[in-house]
Amino acid sequence: MTARVSFEVNGQRRDLELDTRTSLLDALREHLKLTGTKKGCDHGQCGACTVIVDGRRINSCLTLAVMHEGAKVTTIEGLGTPEAMHPMQAAFVKHDGYQCGYCTPGQVCSAVAVLEEIRAGVPSHVTPDLGDRPKVTAEELRERMSGNICRCGAYSNIVDAMTEVAGSRA
Amino acid sequence: MKFDTPAATNPIDQLKVVGQPADRIEGPLKATGTAPYAYERHDAAPNAAYGYVVVSTIARGRIRSLDASRARRAPGVLAVITAETAGPLDKGQYNTVRLLGGPEIQHYHQALGVVVAETWEQARAAAALVQVQYQEAPGRYDLAKLKNAAAVAPPGFGGPPDTARGDFDGAFASAPVKLDATYSTPGHAHAMMEPHATVAAWNGDQLTVWTSNQMIDWSRGDLAKTLKIPKEKVRLVSPFIGGGFGGKLWVRAEAVLAALGAKAVNRPVKVALTRPVMFNNTTHRPATIQRVRIGATPDGKITAIGHESWQADQEGGSSDPHVNQTRLLYAGANRMTRTRLAKGDLPEANAMRAPGEASGMMALEIAMDEMAEKLGLDPVDFRIRNDTQVDPEKPHRPFSQRQFVQCLRQGADHFGWSARNPRPGQTRDGRWLVGLGVAAAFRGAPVQTSAARVRLEAGGLLVVETDMTDIGTGSYTIIAQTAAETMGVPLHHVRVRLGDSDFPVSAGSGGQWGAASSTSGVYAACMKLREQVAGKFGFDPGQTAFQDGQVRSGGKAFPLAQAAGLVAEDAIEFGKLGEQQELSTFGAHFVEAAVDPYTAEIRVRRMLSVCAAGRILNPKSARSQVIGAMVMGVGAALMEDLVVDKRRGFFVNHDLAGYEVPVHADIPHQEVIFLDEVDPAASPLKAKGVGELGICGAAAAVANAVYNATGVRVRDYPVTLDKLLAGMPQVA
Ligand code: FES
Ligand code: FES
Repeated sequence: MTARVSFEVNGQRRDLELDTRTSLLDALREHLKLTGTKKGCDHGQCGACTVIVDGRRINSCLTLAVMHEGAKVTTIEGLGTPEAMHPMQAAFVKHDGYQCGYCTPGQVCSAVAVLEEIRAGVPSHVTPDLGDRPKVTAEELRERMSGNICRCGAYSNIVDAMTEVAGSRA
Repeated sequence: MKFDTPAATNPIDQLKVVGQPADRIEGPLKATGTAPYAYERHDAAPNAAYGYVVVSTIARGRIRSLDASRARRAPGVLAVITAETAGPLDKGQYNTVRLLGGPEIQHYHQALGVVVAETWEQARAAAALVQVQYQEAPGRYDLAKLKNAAAVAPPGFGGPPDTARGDFDGAFASAPVKLDATYSTPGHAHAMMEPHATVAAWNGDQLTVWTSNQMIDWSRGDLAKTLKIPKEKVRLVSPFIGGGFGGKLWVRAEAVLAALGAKAVNRPVKVALTRPVMFNNTTHRPATIQRVRIGATPDGKITAIGHESWQADQEGGSSDPHVNQTRLLYAGANRMTRTRLAKGDLPEANAMRAPGEASGMMALEIAMDEMAEKLGLDPVDFRIRNDTQVDPEKPHRPFSQRQFVQCLRQGADHFGWSARNPRPGQTRDGRWLVGLGVAAAFRGAPVQTSAARVRLEAGGLLVVETDMTDIGTGSYTIIAQTAAETMGVPLHHVRVRLGDSDFPVSAGSGGQWGAASSTSGVYAACMKLREQVAGKFGFDPGQTAFQDGQVRSGGKAFPLAQAAGLVAEDAIEFGKLGEQQELSTFGAHFVEAAVDPYTAEIRVRRMLSVCAAGRILNPKSARSQVIGAMVMGVGAALMEDLVVDKRRGFFVNHDLAGYEVPVHADIPHQEVIFLDEVDPAASPLKAKGVGELGICGAAAAVANAVYNATGVRVRDYPVTLDKLLAGMPQVA
């Protein structure tokens, strides 16, 4: 069974006719050929498929494409290109915030969204006082990034990259 | 180029590019999601059909019947291939177990076939319609029970199964201070983030696979062997690999099934293993039981050291050399090691990052901590007292470089080790119990023949081609640095093409040999190109300098770009230097752990690793290798555990929710210090590898820190809070 769905991906309107079982992740990777978003587990366990939908990061493997009629989706390709990288992408390169690179698009999308969440005052499990605005501390970053597994173990460098981007923005 | 005498001064020693912390040259591709991984090759195979793997749901027995008729009739299905329809298949040289099972089943989740359909959703739905009836057979799944029947391990890559020097039994029996302890380590999964994936396409009898593989030439050969076609008919392409850690050293089921599927439907087919299937379908690091005995004099000189290990594997498998480091790491006149391998029916065990040492050091380095405590010695000091500068089994054989003591001393200084309370369970920081732990890091520095081709293109661009792989290790960048240094051009004038069986055969990525071997092959090819360039300009190659894009000799100079069109290919072949001397890498891990006194929750607070591993080709990517390995060490220490269902014979926690690996919140800021070292005996670049050194000992350092914090000694990994709770100290 198929259905039509239209959404905006990286600022461009896309109209698709999809098997209704198609995840947003597979719609991106297999139908729109936007393979920057990765499939690490397909079960919401690794974060490799993280994209930003209507301003919030989600695991695109855990949601069906047809549920996103009218949504605005930002993928790693929408953040920057090798020639014109987003500051977070550039910081990952500078701080070696990756090794194999497979978790990286998900980490970068999460990292961008995490700094927005902190800026917007969204608390986390480690925010000491819910009455205060959360701060960009290593502990906050680690907590909020914990849905993005990096088996290569680049965590320490990713926190450095995020801290630099957060600092240069403040 | 032969490498049989220690490296003299050579162009690499300029260190204008080599040794610099250059950003990864492929970094922007990875950070922007434009690096193409195997399953993503829409460019190469735009019309690929989708395969979905059908797997066994029993561990051992036979298929009584397999009915794929409903699957074949399902929407979109193009073919269903099983052992019955696949035609004759062989088994790869590097595979222990057949990649396509049936009618005999050898392990849980062994592949039984593939459903090929127009879409992935259709293939998945149809795969669920395949009906399999089994005749189940009993299997052997419990290492503790198999241990006593374990046989002498066949001599594998790790050395002889039994080693001895002096009189271990006598010396141990008469040692004034002794330790006899048994440890266990569970199975570990590579759990690389990119699942095994392959796109296969046939052009007549010529097969191309875009896949994710660490060892191009091995796997090209093994895929051909499995399919019973000549090796020349297979091309294997693997430019980007989303992690491997040993799990992608081999051809796996998805590659074979993609090739069979593509043949059957006469169009390209892509297949990825789903995450829940990976853990039992592919290979894993085997569980071990290890007994370590150490005898010493009261002043802490080891007089007897013995290490025995037991593991199990499928028929035909080999053993990891868990005892290897114990043969070389500490002095002691009387020594023995023993490696035993039982036959079992869990999925195939095989190499994972530092196979042998990673598990062996988990046991040995707790034992050293226990022994130091018995002796009343500081564990850093105890290790230093038992340093050796020669192979303890063959004292005529020196280490080419061994800065183990320096690693320990510098690390202790830097980490503030002197603040450690030797009495465990005494140090508080607010609510937390805090402890410090140390462990040695040790890993050999093997090398392999490795070839490369270099070509000067118009505009002075230098193109390097080799079938070497970059699994996150930094190969692209260190190869570019090597070529740039040797040819005297800036880094951005070098293009590196990797992971294609059309390129010269390299060492590949395994055993920590990749960096030293592959850069040496590139160096050899560049030196040959230098000869050609010098010849073209009428220069004596020995008297020609390559610097700043210029070729200079005797007052004359030409731009290197004028030699465009020249191509050189060469291989590095390593002689016997590694036999005359022991080539190894060393390090010391320091960890601070905090344990909640009430819940026994464990937090790693600080980690430092000091490494001595020859010339560091790129301190930035090398550091990443080490911190990544330390992360894996934290996983091994505190959470990673392939839990065995001993009745049904499979790993129960077969996904990333059940098999826990460290996440951001588990890992503190990490520090790495590389000691200054060049090792002329190791390679022309005087370099060794570091990719595996960092995991060796890391888990034990964590375990020792937890002990220092709590006073509870856990000898069965992982160190989890349930194992601490009963023994936790009373705190106010
Ligand atoms: S692929 Fe979506 S969370 Fe792993
Ligand atoms: S860079 Fe390899 S998994 Fe993160």
